[in-house]
Amino acid sequence: MEEKIISILNHAKELVAGVSKEADLMNVKSELLGKKSETNDLLTSLKDMSIEDKKVYGSKINDLKNELNNLIDNKLNEIKEAEFNGKLSKESIDVTLPATEVTCGAPNILEHVIEEVENVMMSMGYDVVEGPEIELDKYNFELLNLPKGHPARDAQDTFYIKDDEVLLRSQTSSVQARVMLANEDKTPIRIICPGKTYRRDADDATHSHQFMQIEGLLVDKHVSLSDLKGTFEVLAKELFGSDTVSRFRPSYYPFTEPSVEMDISCFNCKGSGCNICKNSGWITIGGAGIVHPDVLAGCGYDPKIWHGFAFGFGAERMAMLKYGINDIRTFYYTDLRELKTFDRRENK
Amino acid sequence: MISLNWCKDYIDLTGVDPEKLATDITNFGVNVEKVITYDIKNLVVGKVIDCVNHPNSDHLHICQVDIGASDTIQIVCGAPNVRKDLKVIVALPGAILPGDFEIKKGVIRDVESNGMLCALFELGLEEKTEENYNKGIHELPEDAEVGTNPLAILGYDDTILELDIHKHRNNDCFYHIGFSYIIGAILNKRVKEPTISYSEITDNVNNYVKLDVKTSKCPYYLGKMARNVVIKESPDFIKKRLTAVGMRPINNVVDISNYVMLEYGQPMHFFDYDKLGNTVLVRDALDTEVMMTLDEKERVLSKDDIVITDGDNPVCIAGVMGGLNTEVDENTKNIFIESAIFDAVSIRNTANKLDLKSEASIRYGKGLNYEYTKKAIDRACQLLEKYADATILSDMVVHDELNKEEKVVTFKPNEINEMLGINISDKDMAHELDRLDFKYEFQDGKFIVTIPNRRLDIEGNVNDIAEEIGCLYGYHNLKNTLPIAETKKGEYVGNVKYRKMLSSRLRSLGLNEVKTYTLINPETQKLFNYNNANPVILPNPFSSDKSVIRTSILPSLLGVYEYNKTRKVNDVNIYEISNTYNNTYEETTKIGILMSGNYINGGWQNNGIKVDFYLIKGIVCNILDYMGLKNRYSFEKATIKDLHPGVSANIILDREVVGVIGKVNPRINKNDIYVAELSLNGIVKPIKNIKFKEVSKYPSIKKDVAFIVKDEVSADTLIDEIRRSGGRLLTNIDIFDVYTGQNVDAGYKSIAFNLTFQDDTRTLSDEEVTSVFENIINKVTTKFECSIRDK
Repeated sequence: MEEKIISILNHAKELVAGVSKEADLMNVKSELLGKKSETNDLLTSLKDMSIEDKKVYGSKINDLKNELNNLIDNKLNEIKEAEFNGKLSKESIDVTLPATEVTCGAPNILEHVIEEVENVMMSMGYDVVEGPEIELDKYNFELLNLPKGHPARDAQDTFYIKDDEVLLRSQTSSVQARVMLANEDKTPIRIICPGKTYRRDADDATHSHQFMQIEGLLVDKHVSLSDLKGTFEVLAKELFGSDTVSRFRPSYYPFTEPSVEMDISCFNCKGSGCNICKNSGWITIGGAGIVHPDVLAGCGYDPKIWHGFAFGFGAERMAMLKYGINDIRTFYYTDLRELKTFDRRENK
Repeated sequence: MISLNWCKDYIDLTGVDPEKLATDITNFGVNVEKVITYDIKNLVVGKVIDCVNHPNSDHLHICQVDIGASDTIQIVCGAPNVRKDLKVIVALPGAILPGDFEIKKGVIRDVESNGMLCALFELGLEEKTEENYNKGIHELPEDAEVGTNPLAILGYDDTILELDIHKHRNNDCFYHIGFSYIIGAILNKRVKEPTISYSEITDNVNNYVKLDVKTSKCPYYLGKMARNVVIKESPDFIKKRLTAVGMRPINNVVDISNYVMLEYGQPMHFFDYDKLGNTVLVRDALDTEVMMTLDEKERVLSKDDIVITDGDNPVCIAGVMGGLNTEVDENTKNIFIESAIFDAVSIRNTANKLDLKSEASIRYGKGLNYEYTKKAIDRACQLLEKYADATILSDMVVHDELNKEEKVVTFKPNEINEMLGINISDKDMAHELDRLDFKYEFQDGKFIVTIPNRRLDIEGNVNDIAEEIGCLYGYHNLKNTLPIAETKKGEYVGNVKYRKMLSSRLRSLGLNEVKTYTLINPETQKLFNYNNANPVILPNPFSSDKSVIRTSILPSLLGVYEYNKTRKVNDVNIYEISNTYNNTYEETTKIGILMSGNYINGGWQNNGIKVDFYLIKGIVCNILDYMGLKNRYSFEKATIKDLHPGVSANIILDREVVGVIGKVNPRINKNDIYVAELSLNGIVKPIKNIKFKEVSKYPSIKKDVAFIVKDEVSADTLIDEIRRSGGRLLTNIDIFDVYTGQNVDAGYKSIAFNLTFQDDTRTLSDEEVTSVFENIINKVTTKFECSIRDK
């Protein structure tokens, strides 16, 4: 009996080792454990045995059955595993083929620059406001200390719409006057106003009849030129890199006094001189100054109590400098391939 | 242009480095664009002692030249005019001439040569023309001292500052006395104005000229008379100085008027008295009055111009240009000298209108210091007496209605300190005022400053003083501080907030943001003019191409499409949010969208998404849903200008048209282009807060049904009826198929719906759902007289 069990087991091992398909394994299973199997014969032979023998051999045959079942189950797992692996390997792909396009739209370059400025200024408590592009002479000029006949008006060749009263605004400074007048409680003001402006100019690589200005205004009780310089320094570092240094030079604007030009150290050559800064090491970004007392007074803020600073710069110029764009028309004739470059984060 | 040598007449510049001075002046707020010096090293005056022909050349000469050293030097020279005893300009070895041409010792055809004899063009002082070349080397005057600097003799030992200043400083910087005050403030030195003296005969000018001013635009007019002038060349120093600052010397009389202008900033006009006669009448010009100006051109005037007349006819456009009829010429004997102040705005306008910007009109155009109006006329008399042998008549003709009120500024020192963010003591502030040469008193802790009349740019408030002191202090010395202000968060105010929201949403939906011009062509404006808007038409456009203000963004977006299409970019998915205006100046912020080509590129897998009406509709729905407007809007088929009549719709929100959508009419562009435009204000509506809604825990039951309806029945109307008849158990309606063709009669279509029934509180029974479902079918089939398909 024991020899028989060993021989069945050995034979079973051989048989199982020889199959590689699930169906074959099932045949083997029935051959080994089925009704007509030797194992079954052994079981059948039990009934003629004594109770003691039944106990002894019954348990041995049971072990055999368990072992055979294990043998087959293991083999079955092996086969299934192999089949699954085969299936997976058939699903193998060329991962280097191009991806399915998942796109996001790109911001307009000017809006992108403006949003950067907005983010910095909003973090310092400035609200972003807008004003009309068709504007009254009063807001665009008169309240800004530019009465009719003022020489500075000559430089701004303006698109007038009706007589000399309605115009396309030539500067976003008009919003300054509107905001100050609208603030009836005469509380402190911190705003920036990005927007479109227009001047009668022929379009070429560096001139545009339409352009975007970003105007800033702060009105409070204690305001100094040094505060303006510090504010500009923060903005400059944020936009052009933390190693950027700012500089003020005297200038003239009718609506500010003192007035300054705001320069930054050249982000390209770091001050040693290059094409971008015309070898000066400095780049002019915009104009600024302490709000002229007549402007404050005209807008209902008593210049004896209130002071302010204002600044302004062109988004086009900023973008041209920052991204090395040579033609201002690039912003208004969008080639989408060029625009796509801006669908990403800034390096900072 | 300012000559530093000239400034030395009024201020001590000993030991001053011009480059450093120029930088300081720029930092002070007067921008020096360029410092021009003619300093060339190793140039000396030489005298040709001996000159023989070169043995190996038919045109070269071998010269022995005395340069004031112990030995003469030998120089080979090819100029035809070189000769014995000629005083010449010698460039010695080491001299670097313009063009980086360094003079070296050399051998020319076997003869040693130790330098070069120069022509003016070789020193960069004249243009290199054939004529100048043929003149040969420059011949210095006989009295030129050997061994000295020839540039000094030529008047080129000067430093010229080219200014690029804002116009408002023209009246205190663009003349040498005024500029010297700037230098004075920087160097802390006092300016000495010229002392003027000349003799007058007893004969009084008022006996010869009667002055009448009949315009308010000439508040100040002074006239004097010079007799028996001799017209000749100007003295050297005048010629040199005028040349140095870029003015061509003409003759002594003309030069003197220019010289005085460059000294005091006051333009002068000299009339030939014998041509002028005994009357000077200043008045407004008449419309269409004509006069011939000095440049022999007919000028048509208008009532806005000011003219000087002889009583009847104009003899000068005041402040702009003199008339040919009273011009000073070589035969002129007697001169009437005018020194006046005219209305600055009027002069500017006239100069602009006639395109006659001159040194004089630029100065008149910025206002003048009346003190110098008087000094200048005296200075002119002095110079005419001295250099034109003139006899000056006594007295002046005067018209004076000038407001001579002085500008006085009173301030506390800390006002200046606070404005600049600095902290300088009262004593130092007084010192700064001294440097500026401003007169002041200090009383009760306040400065009372009188602004000098020469500083017309200063209006007379404390900010002006702060600017002057700030510039002297140096803006580069300011600290970086931040304002002390209340802590608050910056916000997007009003429309800006929604513009930003929508912009960011549209970008994330894959649309690219473009920016186009507000001003467009009148023909382009008519394109897609769906609400028949009348545009603002500019009365003074720069070009007709940009002459009206757009009423819609769509024409511009089509422009961007076409621009990209020509550049072979076929997938164009763009948007722009901009203001539009109609002719009542009403502002509407619009969101324009244009889509064409692929929305998603399929590539090798061919799984792209092509743009069609329903895709752009999807974009529009997405942003409307984003704005919190779900279930409040619909699309209503409409005929819209320049859109495909069968593929266009109005976008309706709360029963109002808030935009349009559709395919561009193939007559406009044959490609498949889809556009939509919405009014920003139209889609910003009060909305409810977001509230979390849990999905039902109970199972849903889905049922399908297809209705065969007439073609003209819209999906929306079917959905409305289904929703109404479905009641609250019907929770979702999807359309999963729209079919025409086999088994559906012509003129009909089959629309297949997938309906979801569900309740939040219990499991629905089949019977319940079937009864609702049957009700829906009954209502719909009755209402639309339609059948259902393959039940």
